[in-house]
Amino acid sequence: MTQPRVVIVGAGPAGIRAAEVLVHAGLGPVVIDEQPRAGGQIYRRPPPGFVRIPRALYGFDASRAQALHALFDGLLPRIDHRPDTLAWNVWAGAVHTLHDGTLRRQPFDALILAPGAMDLVVPFAGWTLPGVYTLGGAQVALKAQGCAVGRRVAFLGTGPLLTLVAHQYRKAGVEVVGLFETSDARRLRRGAWSLAADPVRLGRGIAYRARLAGRVPVRHGITPLAALGRDAVEGLRWRDSAGAEHEVACDAIAFGYGLKPETQLAELAGARFAFEPADGLWLPVADAAGRVAPRVYLAGDGAGILGARAAEHAGRRAALATLADLGLDDGAAVPPSPAAARRFRDGLRTAFPFPGHLAAGLADDVILCRCEAVTVGALRAAARETGAREINRVKALCRVGMGRCQGRVCGVAAAYVLAAACAMPVGAVGRLRAQAPVKPIPIGACRAP
Amino acid sequence: MLSSASRPATTTPKVPVSQFLRIAEHARPSIRLIVDGQAVTALAGDTVLTALLLAGRRVRAGEFGDGPRAGLCLMGACQDCWVALADGRRVRACTTPAEDGMELVTR
Repeated sequence: MTQPRVVIVGAGPAGIRAAEVLVHAGLGPVVIDEQPRAGGQIYRRPPPGFVRIPRALYGFDASRAQALHALFDGLLPRIDHRPDTLAWNVWAGAVHTLHDGTLRRQPFDALILAPGAMDLVVPFAGWTLPGVYTLGGAQVALKAQGCAVGRRVAFLGTGPLLTLVAHQYRKAGVEVVGLFETSDARRLRRGAWSLAADPVRLGRGIAYRARLAGRVPVRHGITPLAALGRDAVEGLRWRDSAGAEHEVACDAIAFGYGLKPETQLAELAGARFAFEPADGLWLPVADAAGRVAPRVYLAGDGAGILGARAAEHAGRRAALATLADLGLDDGAAVPPSPAAARRFRDGLRTAFPFPGHLAAGLADDVILCRCEAVTVGALRAAARETGAREINRVKALCRVGMGRCQGRVCGVAAAYVLAAACAMPVGAVGRLRAQAPVKPIPIGACRAP
Repeated sequence: MLSSASRPATTTPKVPVSQFLRIAEHARPSIRLIVDGQAVTALAGDTVLTALLLAGRRVRAGEFGDGPRAGLCLMGACQDCWVALADGRRVRACTTPAEDGMELVTR
């Protein structure tokens, strides 16, 4: 009997652990990853020739990162690892990939998706200027390239990454001109009760924040107003909680409001979605083992943001469920979902709520969709003039979310703008549907061989 | 020139000529690229985005007259940093390694 073909997409913490379980069960899964080296974004490995030690790259998580890297390297002889490979469609029981200009169709008997997450953003005036980066992007520059995104960096937004990346920049010797947090002290205190489910992580967050507060301005309850500058960032304008406006000179702004799962492949594979009011996001509907469709499993932050350690658990769970569904169950019990991780997530939601209201309050001339340069006003006009109330309809009318990124970046904010313009709850305007290819592929690759 | 409306209240000491600042991993072989006809030095292992933003403050022009762009997410998700090679191909700057002799067009 030939072995069932299991395909894993993503080689971060979830994908690596899923591969480990399958290999231990005697399978040789295909592991498709867009990155050249396994590790995901959190444990991303720099290119060959970089010399910083893991402690310098991953801080307290260095031993975890090293363990996962070593684990994956040990699995390599028994898996079909395809790095630098984009999974751009899931259709009729196969993953469609692009590697080095060549398209390939990889059929599967089971598919484990571990696509990870990206920063959740809300546009602001001037955010297309060179010098505006996501918090995750600012961290990638430091970790994977040994570069800072600017010489004087303002940190803006909310969520654990805000404090962490600002701390990492300051530690690396970069001038941090301030930490501008949209959440307020009351929410941070309230969230701390649930964040105590992971006292080590909470403690680190508090310590980083305290260290920053002793050296740079740390402001809570702020509203971002604009990235200043003509050809590149020269400053940040913001409003304090009392309503006064301020400007701070900087040459880069790192911003973000939490993370957002990469859900496009799950959608193409047949996942249903439900609106999660606590996050203000639509998330794939998965059972406790990550099943989202027949023989399709979702694991890690791509299923909902729980963090890297929970992603390792989720990867194992998805792989065990895969084995069970393929009739290869070796009797191993599916480990329970980590309750502490969920409580910690609830704490994050309380402490660092997604400020969707900022999108609703944007001026008409702010660019909403970066790819197509669609303004907030263009979306509002489309809704007003046609009566459209559904985000995909509005996309057809004004091209918001129709560009190269397919609304990954602006889709959530666009829904908030539309909902506010129509005086509807954000969950009622729908979500942008994913289309293949989920990322651009060169038309030359589509020629018949 | 800066427009007075967009000049920050506090004085900026000097307008930086590059967006990124290299702070670690200096000991790598250098490579040479051509950016808008000018020779630019980078290090092996730099991405195209890193090479461009250590040499200037732009990756490409917005297609709708909306000014220069220089990427956003740096992890291959936002698609903001697609840049043209001199031969007409386009690459995603943040996920493409810079190569010796590469010719890039950002304008």
